[in-house]
Amino acid sequence: MNDWLKICPLDDIPRLGARVVNTGKGDIAVFRNAEDEVFALNDKCPHKGGPLSQGIVYDRRVACPLHGMTVHLDSGKAQAPDEGCTQKYRVRVDKGVVFLNLGP
Amino acid sequence: MRKSKLVLVGNGMAGVRTIEELLKLAPDLYDITVYGAEPHGNYNRILLSPVLAGEMKLPEIMLNDVDWYSAHGITLRSGRQITRIDRIHRTVIADDGSEEPYDRLLLATGSTPVMLPIPGHDLPGVLAYRDIADTEAIIAASAKGGHAVVIGAGLLGLEAANGLKARGMEVTVVHLAPWIMERQLDRTAADMLRTSLEARGLRFLLEKKTVGLVGEPKDSGGRVSAVRFADGDELSADLVVMAIGIRPNIRLAEDAGLHCNHGILVNDTLQTYDPRIYAVGECVAHRGTTYGLVAPLFEQAKVAANHLAEFGIARYSGSAVSTKLKVTGVDVFSAGDFMGGDDTDEIILADRKGGIYKKLVLRDNRIVGAVLYGDTADSGWYFQLMKEKKCIGSLRDRLMLGQSHNAGAGHEGRNRAVALPDDFEVCGCNGVKKISIVKAIKEKGLFTLEDVRKHTKASVSCGSCTGLVEQILASEVGGAYQPVVAQKKPLCGCTDFTHEEVRKAIIDHRLMTIPEAMRFLEWRQPSGCPSCRPALNFYLLCAWPKEYRDDPQSRFINERVHANIQKDGSFSVVPRIYGGVTSPAELKRIAEVAEKYAVPTVKITGGQRIDLLGVKKEDLPSIWADLDMPSGYAYSKGLRTVKTCVGSEWCRFGVQDSTRMGIDLEHDLERLWTPHKTKLGVSGCPRNCAEATIKDVGVIGVDSGWEIYVAGNGGIKTEVAQFLCKVKTQEEVLETTGAFLQLYREEARYLDRTVHWIGRVGLDYVRKRVVDDADGRRALYARMKEALSVEKDPWAERASDHSDTEFKPVKFFVKNSVSTGGSDERLAENLSA
Ligand SMILES: Cc1cc2nc3c(=O)[nH]c(=O)nc-3n(C[C@H](O)[C@H](O)[C@H](O)COP(=O)(O)OP(=O)(O)OC[C@H]3O[C@@H](n4cnc5c(N)ncnc54)[C@H](O)[C@@H]3O)c2cc1C
Ligand code: HEM
Ligand code: SF4
Ligand code: FES
Repeated sequence: MNDWLKICPLDDIPRLGARVVNTGKGDIAVFRNAEDEVFALNDKCPHKGGPLSQGIVYDRRVACPLHGMTVHLDSGKAQAPDEGCTQKYRVRVDKGVVFLNLGP
Repeated sequence: MRKSKLVLVGNGMAGVRTIEELLKLAPDLYDITVYGAEPHGNYNRILLSPVLAGEMKLPEIMLNDVDWYSAHGITLRSGRQITRIDRIHRTVIADDGSEEPYDRLLLATGSTPVMLPIPGHDLPGVLAYRDIADTEAIIAASAKGGHAVVIGAGLLGLEAANGLKARGMEVTVVHLAPWIMERQLDRTAADMLRTSLEARGLRFLLEKKTVGLVGEPKDSGGRVSAVRFADGDELSADLVVMAIGIRPNIRLAEDAGLHCNHGILVNDTLQTYDPRIYAVGECVAHRGTTYGLVAPLFEQAKVAANHLAEFGIARYSGSAVSTKLKVTGVDVFSAGDFMGGDDTDEIILADRKGGIYKKLVLRDNRIVGAVLYGDTADSGWYFQLMKEKKCIGSLRDRLMLGQSHNAGAGHEGRNRAVALPDDFEVCGCNGVKKISIVKAIKEKGLFTLEDVRKHTKASVSCGSCTGLVEQILASEVGGAYQPVVAQKKPLCGCTDFTHEEVRKAIIDHRLMTIPEAMRFLEWRQPSGCPSCRPALNFYLLCAWPKEYRDDPQSRFINERVHANIQKDGSFSVVPRIYGGVTSPAELKRIAEVAEKYAVPTVKITGGQRIDLLGVKKEDLPSIWADLDMPSGYAYSKGLRTVKTCVGSEWCRFGVQDSTRMGIDLEHDLERLWTPHKTKLGVSGCPRNCAEATIKDVGVIGVDSGWEIYVAGNGGIKTEVAQFLCKVKTQEEVLETTGAFLQLYREEARYLDRTVHWIGRVGLDYVRKRVVDDADGRRALYARMKEALSVEKDPWAERASDHSDTEFKPVKFFVKNSVSTGGSDERLAENLSA
């Protein structure tokens, strides 16, 4: 598959942090957790569209900076009892470089 | 590997709560089977009273329906009673002969109502009041109308009597003691309660000993027809409800050879004499006490779950309990030693006509018991003071007036939640109305503040409505609500240690980083959560100002990027304007920057400075560079602003130069991180135009020097600052203020405002440390200066650091489109092109 976009070195995303990628499809947040797993979500909280990239990352979750809703990084789903979901994208790390796939 | 098997006997409130707590901690540890003698899921027993009174329906009180069990992979055997435990083969045997093996067994068999062993006690029409079946039987019997006799005027008896009356029966309550609810109320409160219940049509017979129940002749049905008393009187009855007490269900445990004494004996981990067997709930005797209210049982559940989950760190050390009667329109509250004795004194307010009675029982200046009748709005507050054993010396003369009259007692905003209209907005930050909270509590079966926060978002943000939310909770679930004792409150869900324990460990064991602290203190989540990480970051920073490297990822976004996030994801920029004094040149520069970046809103803040709102994150570093002013820390849990009035330089009333003092203070304290935001004010005379008395530190000029006030704030509940001391010179003001803030930094919990902290430790303590002890004050001040010596202006630092990726998005557009700016351009190319 050729749809993998080279984003940035993994080390340019802080551990337990995120980096925003401006794309034609809007902003995408690429997260890195304590175990160096990476995740990509549409940078819009299911609650009121807050920028998830600016939240506190822990475990496989992020707490939205606006009103604190927790969103699962691996599914894009809000943590119960909250409801809602944000688009997730495929990402992978290859030789220390992060690749993002905007495809379905 | 085979999963361990956990079997729960008793599908009731305590047992199922334990399973819920266990699933939170270790969802996959056990293969779980639940036995319950009742043919239902788990329901909220305490709501049987509103069901009986016709205010609620059975489906509304289910807590865990049958689907809940299957959704969690739990095998539910409802309608099955366990008749025997075989501890040797580790199995339980049910009434249908089936067997189930266990590795761990949890007993939560609750209790059974005591039936008087008198002739006729088993006649048809004589009922107990404990479960759904009883309630249905009582409702069915009441449909025929007639006269109901309730034996026992305790909590349960009165709720039953009220329900029967609501269903249209004539009701007489018979009681052995000279006054009703004698285990919760003193005579005065009880008599007032009785009068008000009589006004609703209930009749009472006190000091009456029931000796027998008389039945109709067998051929006409044999139902109960009368109650007979020791004095020979007889009272006709179509229905008799016995509510004289409960007896823990210990037969099963006793037969299995487990040590019992009134209840099943457990240690502080809720373990019985057989280490494989735990027990929780009403069937348990812990340190000689059995409990009959859900709040302590839920605390037990938490601890038992912790051990079943093999965490092994929690301890249950007993609970203080309080009681509320759930009869609509009657407010009664009781807690602790409400009768008092030789070594106690009492404060009493009695207004018989107005229907209000309040009694507080005090020992050594601490509340040890309370009875409230008619107005229970402050019950939560008194109970909290009682549980925390808080010294009420300084509050004593105002104690009876309630919390809203006690400025120093807390920012919790606990006032008359019950009287608030349904559409009252309780949580301003998240726009949550009272009605939504009440609905969530009822429909979702919530019991704790945490639950309410999760479901409604009320009080999760600035937290100042916490008190109101707690009070609504208390009034909805009655005695079932147990405010968390602040002193034992864990820092967050990742640990059982309190703030104080964590801070002490950091210092005693020289823990230097967040991961180190989490490992040492056995955090349950390796990367913590959004509550503990910022707290740990602050505690480490405060403990090791020189060594600790701040962790930006453990700061809330505002502090991470030194700007306030706005609702559209843009940011605000507030430069520091010392004491609110600026200059034409500075104003011009701000104006130019605002124009250059097309800042949509320029606003004067309440903190006497200028806010540029609507700035894009990527623009922040260049705006800061262009402004060339220090950060105002308007985003920080730290020193924000020092508000000043004009003062003696210009003002015709001024006696001190408040503007100068404010500027000096702001220079002396800028960049200081504190547990929560800190605001100062300085006024040049007692007219106090700078509103210094609602600041964390307020300084007011008087002829002979300066008065210093502390622990004020605005907010949903305004707190007026309290007088700390009076000093003469500018140096003394700086030193006292700095020392006070350093003590606050070192000893308050993260997110405590000064008023919360002082509410806990008392102003006297602070005065001792900051005013009376001159050496101590100097040392505190020196430590504050040392902490500040390494803090640099974050804007200057970041504006010049071009390698900082925080502010630069990776620009990436569909192929061939031109991307702009940033060192990341190199990489951001479409490899598929
Ligand atoms: C009408 C009423 C109103 C109340 N109001 C309040 C109130 O306002 N506030 C408050 O705090 N408390 C109140 N209570 C008390 C509260 O309901 C109890 O303290 C609480 O339910 C006890 O929980 P538990 O799990 O220990 O026992 P239970 O909830 O009684 O659960 C025990 C379960 O175990 C089952 N069981 C017993 N033995 C076996 C066996 N051998 N095999 C299988 N199953 C078995 C029982 O059938 C029962 O379902 C009220 C109680 C009643 C009846
Ligand atoms: C109760 C919860 C509160 C919250 C959540 C809150 C939140 C905030 C926020 C987000 C800002 C920054 C605005 C910006 O520039 O982007 C701010 C600024 C400010 N707030 Fe509040 N606030 C609260 C209570 C109060 C109270 C009670 C007062 C005063 C009595 C107050 C006075 C101010 C002032 C004066 C500023 C400007 C600060 C400055 O100039 O640095 N706030 N507040
Ligand atoms: S700080 Fe202002 S905008 Fe934010 S919740 Fe409070 S009132 Fe609303
Ligand atoms: S926008 Fe994310 S929680 Fe409100």
